[in-house]
Amino acid sequence: MTISRSTQQFIAGLCALLFASLAFAAVNTVPNYNYPIKDRFAATVVGTPEEYRAKLPDDIPFKGRSITIFPERVTPDVFFYGHELLYSVALQDDAAPLIFLIAGTGASHNGSKNTDMAKAFYQAGFHVVSISSPTYNNFVIAASTTGVVGHAERDAEDIYRVFEMIWAELKDEITATSFNVTGYSLGGFNAAFVSKLDEERQSFNFRRVLLINPPVSLYNSISLLDRMTQDIPGGVNNFDKFVDRLIRAYTSTLRSTGYIDTANAGGDDFLYDTYKALNLKDEELAALIGTSFRVSSASLVFTSDVMADFGYIKPKGLVLNRYSDLRLYNDVSLRLGFTDYYHEFFYPFYKAEYPTMTRDEFISSMSLTSIENYLRNTKKITMMGNADDVILEPGEIDFFPRVFGDRATIYPVGGHCGNMSYPDNVAHMVAAFTEGGM
Amino acid sequence: MKSILSLCSIVLLALALGACSSGPPPQPQASDYPEPVFTAKRLLPPEKTELDDLTAVYDPWEGMNKRIYNFNYHFDQAVFLPVVRGYETVVPRIGRDGIENFFDNFVDMVTAVNSALQLRGKKLLRSTGRVLINSTVGLFGLIDVASAMGIPRPVESFGDTLGYYGVGQGPYLVIPFLGPSNLRDGLGLLPDAYLQSSVKSAVLSEPLDITTTLLLPIDTRANTSFRYYENGSAFEYQMVRWLYSTKRKLDVEQ
Repeated sequence: MTISRSTQQFIAGLCALLFASLAFAAVNTVPNYNYPIKDRFAATVVGTPEEYRAKLPDDIPFKGRSITIFPERVTPDVFFYGHELLYSVALQDDAAPLIFLIAGTGASHNGSKNTDMAKAFYQAGFHVVSISSPTYNNFVIAASTTGVVGHAERDAEDIYRVFEMIWAELKDEITATSFNVTGYSLGGFNAAFVSKLDEERQSFNFRRVLLINPPVSLYNSISLLDRMTQDIPGGVNNFDKFVDRLIRAYTSTLRSTGYIDTANAGGDDFLYDTYKALNLKDEELAALIGTSFRVSSASLVFTSDVMADFGYIKPKGLVLNRYSDLRLYNDVSLRLGFTDYYHEFFYPFYKAEYPTMTRDEFISSMSLTSIENYLRNTKKITMMGNADDVILEPGEIDFFPRVFGDRATIYPVGGHCGNMSYPDNVAHMVAAFTEGGM
Repeated sequence: MKSILSLCSIVLLALALGACSSGPPPQPQASDYPEPVFTAKRLLPPEKTELDDLTAVYDPWEGMNKRIYNFNYHFDQAVFLPVVRGYETVVPRIGRDGIENFFDNFVDMVTAVNSALQLRGKKLLRSTGRVLINSTVGLFGLIDVASAMGIPRPVESFGDTLGYYGVGQGPYLVIPFLGPSNLRDGLGLLPDAYLQSSVKSAVLSEPLDITTTLLLPIDTRANTSFRYYENGSAFEYQMVRWLYSTKRKLDVEQ
């Protein structure tokens, strides 16, 4: 070993940058696009600042509901609150097309992105049914058949069952003139497989499907996100110091720039203000993205381990209850990447069902590439993505124009889902379902 | 005095409830089971001993706190949230905003007193100015004229005052009905609540005093967006504990 680790990282980073810029050049992107944040990591973290956001109605009847998916299931006491699946609806009074929204990794049915989408589609005249990501704690507990999520086809089956059961309850209340589905990030990926499943099952015969910033290969994207936690100065074992430093830098900047009480923190532009105040470098932003992903994956991995009783971080057979001290599991799971989950839990868990599949074949089956022909030939599916998406490997973005042709729209900037509330993108989302009649 | 007594009695009642009902079920020992794929031993660096500094919060009453946390969740589901939904159905937005402003005006008064105790001139001026303007032009606090005029709204409680003079947070404490706190802030609630309720009783007629006392918890819950077990984390208890402690540390520092 003559090359130091830092040099290797430098070279790897440089290559990624070079190839990434080549990749941007190769894809035709939307011209005259004025989303304000040009840095891919900043866009991912900050999203769309308030003043640039599409104007959406404040008060829509977006109401939380719950449904029991598995009445027979005995929910572990440590997750006693999660027996019913929570979801949200915004229903029109009259007959209208219905759209299902699927949230992204670790996100909920009433998270900010699904809520904004619900507002846009409700305003455009749709019944909206919004569900959490299959990777969201409540979904894993209440609606996942195996508890071990991240499996393209299994997750699609779980989502489809949820859609069917929700619709069985709603159909006495409303009239739907058509069914549609969309999702962002992992939710966009899920939507593609749900659409494919619908071709067999035909419960809905989806009219239109829109994939927003989907990953191409799940494994590639989680590997990228895992690597971002390495940007934490000193590595994941200094996670606590990193978070502490960020918080302190933030408050001291606030104090030096003027009087802002922490009581007022957390407003609409909290992230944007933080970003401007801290003047974060790209590695730090990447570390933040990695950290945020790590926090949600830590929760997911623990939830899956309890539900499947696999013995990944919790001893197999050990029963936890609502009073159990979970800190050790939290600390352990924060140190594990999603790739660890894939190799040490996910693959061994499903291997029994697919005895002839190698690890690599298994990984490649968890990708949009595995249903490329379906996507190429299915005109009702469109996609929108960003050329600088941080969860795509260099060049992966090319998959979309190549397979979807002019049904793919690639924006030049926006990072991962950072531009979803930008007016052009909101208009695009709605138009994807309304053009040529509803 | 009434409300402070009722607050005390509620706290005692809930503590008694926690203490009287059967103790927490015995916790099975992890060491009785085969080791999982990844253990703390394998992952945590030796100098970290066992647990992170990050998520560490002094919580010697964890057992009791978890029981109260659990009680609060059930109370929220069964009583608080249904009442808030009813309130939001019956009282229109403009009325709810007025009620919120009315109570905030009392909080501003508490802030003024605590700013004075901490000898913080700017916060004292701002909060006193807010109370004077909102109590007069703002029609007894129903309209927040001061914010419309651009006067920032500092918030200082007796807990902050204690912190200012060097009193640490003390053990983490989950208060029945109210939620996350610590010993210092929990005790700090008593003088603040006493001040609010005595001024309120002095300026309002008795029926109005009683009505507003009943409205206060409903208004507070209606304006708190937190929902139990809806943040997606499987580790909610320690996450909330850490967030609360960190927030309070920063509040006191500035």
